[in-house]
Amino acid sequence: MANFISREEAQRITERALSFSRADQARANLNSTETGNTRFAQNQMSTSGDATNATLTVTSALGTKVASATTNIFTDDALRRVVDTSEQLARLVPENEEYMGELGPQTYPDADQYFESTGELAPERRAQAIAAVTEQAASRNLISTGFLIHQAASNAVATSNGLFAYTTNTRVNFTTTVRTADGTGSGWAGTSAHDFDDLDTAALGATAVEKAMRSANPRAVEPGRWTVIMEPTTVGNMVNLMVNQMSARNADEGRSFFSQPGGGTKLGQQFVDSRVNIRSDPRDPRILSSLFDGSGLPNQPMTWVENGELRNLNYSRYWADKQGVQPTGFPSGWAMDGGDSTIEDMIRSTERGLLLTRFWYIRGVDPRTILYTGLTRDSTFLVENGEISHPVKNFRWNESPIFMLNNIEMMGAPVRISSGESSGLTNTVIVPPLKVRDFTFTSLSDAI
Amino acid sequence: MKRREFVRHGVVATAGLGIAGNTNLAHGILVPTTIGRGIEQDRDSLAMAALNAAQMAGADYADIRINTNRRQFVSTREAIVAGVQDSETSGFGIRVLVDGTWGFAASRDISMDEVARVARVAVAQGRANRAAQLRPVELAPLDWTGRGEWRSPVEVEPFDIPIEDKVALLLDANAAAMAVSGVAFARSNMSFLREEKFFASTDGVITDQTVYKAAGGVNITAVAPDRSDFQSISSIDVMPKGIGYEHITDSDFVGNAPTWAEQAVQKLSAKPVQPGRYDLVLRPSHLWLTIHEAIAHPTELDRIMGFEANYAGTSFISSPEEFLGSFRYGPEIMNIQGERITPGALSTIGWDDEGVRPDEYLIVKDGILNDLQTTREQAPWLSDWYGSQGKPVRSHGNSYGQSWDVTQFQRMPNINLLPHPERDVSEEELIEGVENGILIDGDGSFSIDQQRYNAQFGGQVFYEIKNGEITGMLKDVAYQIRTPEFWNAMDLIGGESTYFMGGSMGDGKGQPAQSNSISHGCPTTRHRDITVINTGRRA
Repeated sequence: MANFISREEAQRITERALSFSRADQARANLNSTETGNTRFAQNQMSTSGDATNATLTVTSALGTKVASATTNIFTDDALRRVVDTSEQLARLVPENEEYMGELGPQTYPDADQYFESTGELAPERRAQAIAAVTEQAASRNLISTGFLIHQAASNAVATSNGLFAYTTNTRVNFTTTVRTADGTGSGWAGTSAHDFDDLDTAALGATAVEKAMRSANPRAVEPGRWTVIMEPTTVGNMVNLMVNQMSARNADEGRSFFSQPGGGTKLGQQFVDSRVNIRSDPRDPRILSSLFDGSGLPNQPMTWVENGELRNLNYSRYWADKQGVQPTGFPSGWAMDGGDSTIEDMIRSTERGLLLTRFWYIRGVDPRTILYTGLTRDSTFLVENGEISHPVKNFRWNESPIFMLNNIEMMGAPVRISSGESSGLTNTVIVPPLKVRDFTFTSLSDAI
Repeated sequence: MKRREFVRHGVVATAGLGIAGNTNLAHGILVPTTIGRGIEQDRDSLAMAALNAAQMAGADYADIRINTNRRQFVSTREAIVAGVQDSETSGFGIRVLVDGTWGFAASRDISMDEVARVARVAVAQGRANRAAQLRPVELAPLDWTGRGEWRSPVEVEPFDIPIEDKVALLLDANAAAMAVSGVAFARSNMSFLREEKFFASTDGVITDQTVYKAAGGVNITAVAPDRSDFQSISSIDVMPKGIGYEHITDSDFVGNAPTWAEQAVQKLSAKPVQPGRYDLVLRPSHLWLTIHEAIAHPTELDRIMGFEANYAGTSFISSPEEFLGSFRYGPEIMNIQGERITPGALSTIGWDDEGVRPDEYLIVKDGILNDLQTTREQAPWLSDWYGSQGKPVRSHGNSYGQSWDVTQFQRMPNINLLPHPERDVSEEELIEGVENGILIDGDGSFSIDQQRYNAQFGGQVFYEIKNGEITGMLKDVAYQIRTPEFWNAMDLIGGESTYFMGGSMGDGKGQPAQSNSISHGCPTTRHRDITVINTGRRA
């Protein structure tokens, strides 16, 4: 068993902490992790690390005056101190009319999110998984770089009103960038999983190796509006930007794309292509969205977008209460439906377009339209007359997921991706590859 | 506004230019002492136990970092306290070299048994990784060993200021912003870090350092009456610093909030920019970020050598031997300095995270690439270049780990564009020479490719310049550059009176991604004929 805090231990620590509380209400959040990682560069391991940590945050409320304090030491003295600190701070802050009080006991979906293959992953096994990539690269005179990270974690929430929630989960992420020795070609592949056994590093390595070789010596083609075939990682990067901005409060307050000009929100309106469906679900074994949020509120199966229509925005407890609706929880892990086309079908149907592998340095430009900028990297290809004709130089794009999801031509089968730019451990993102028209590239980049 | 204060600090750093090897810490406290003075016996014993256990298990080199981090974060929204959080956490990390391969392990449980266990885990990991080794790691020699202490130059201990004073200051700032007609929302926050860092290595360095960081700001949003537009301003000129609570009082959120609020409202009716080519005058509150992305990152030696290719990327500077001494980064008036001594800058420190005393060095000298950022592992990669320059092979002291639970690696020092070498050029002079241009104040959207060629930057406030004069406000401005052309298009830079240090608490690099806080000083600059796009697209 991985070295994290068990249910019994979590119950003991949180109960002990709350027993020292003199506040009107209090909550204890205990997060415990065992994390391991190995990096590789120049076809050998570079740095790696194994770390165990756990933090306890105590939130104390005196009336509606609220403050929190955190420690990672769990002796009685330390627990007393962290409770005292949060109470002293709470005493000194003004009333917070948005404080909703602590929850009582809740019912949680029964979903096993812990996989031993990941929880017990040892450095030797990590090294083997990486060797499956470095050996392929070295044998072709290519240079591989990459990162494998895994974590076993437990999360507990306990309140002075009798709530106790506990969950364990495992997550793993693997990505690799393979470059040609002369620096003119670069390929990438990666994914994430809850179960390490779902991860085939040799196959991912083979993809990155093939892309590195195929992408060598790219030629420049002009920026502008292009038909693009987007591999799933690029789709997930874009759609994530939209999902993260589905705050009901911001929409109601007029500072969001989801605000309706003149007042209200876009709830109930079709705002993207009718084939777009996005949902989250803690019990779906593919998604395994988190079971509860930091307050202990259970996360329910939620449909955010259905047939292109905005079905839900994300309501906090306070905003839901104010608007007279149920709180929704945040979409921590989501899946988008796809279609029947393969990437090969998309290429075959394209007279002139671009095939995109990966996006980079994605940053907000205009929140009014969720417009972001970023670049392509690690293999961009020109598609002509139904075939990949040659590699092309990278581009800077300025684009919005909203525009993109209005311009869908074809959709493929959804897959799980490595959604964070830094290839860290993130919530599940499942998306299809897409063929999209009029994707806006604003300049060329010489970067390979 | 505290621009004058920052200028003063910046000039101190400038004065240190060229005194290579002379660690002049007039404003920090650097106290080298002798080993065995017996202070902090507990941490000494823990360190001894850890380093012994690592060597017994087969490590050729080992170091340990024991950290205690105190943090406080206060945030508000309009008249509401959104959060008050206080945190104190601690732990240790042990790094080892086993036959030239790294291993690292860490734990929150600071005890004699645990340091020995974790040391063995680190060695076992190094051994597991050794199988694939092609080239063993070699460390550059240290030119100083011993025991030392260092402390950030703090005037007011931030954790002693009562929380109600902090909350009142933020709520007053929000109220001052909301009093301006057209402002709909105001958020503000402040955060403080005190990091106690103890380091010991088998090479005979023990350091005990206390580092402070303070950050805060006010974000103000104006919404058009018909909800057709909203625009925000985030406290321009307020940049995080490596000092105490005086940073917050000096920043005068309450006094400045009405000005920022007026700017947010004014942006609603500002003229959308016509895309095209313009001369740009860039204030330091904006330019620090461009320096960060287009100079500081591409001169990191680990990324140049491909170690960051899977995330942060590589660099257009490749190979180093082809670029060092010959690549023209910019005009002759361009000098880029790396240092860790400017008082109050975020990278300023006595020793880095592998026990090296940082030096000052010129990355770009008279416009030509002259040196790169290094750690002990990396300096030997440049031995030929250093040999040809008659310089010793030694680390610049640029190693850093964000916390005890992750391994240290190369992170940037304070990297500054030095003011005009000959005279104190004013902002007015820079503007006077522009027929058709834009002045940019404050940092906004930013993005750059993985080799640091193609970048796009927004800003906070944009002013149109016509025939040498500012004529009004613009909006939806972003400029796109190719790094070498952009710096070579810089035809004039400001003098010391325009110098200011900007920075950020969150610079990402490494896998797992580690956050570093960074400062960059610079004067106002002028760049000719730069591509500007309009970002206010509607479909």
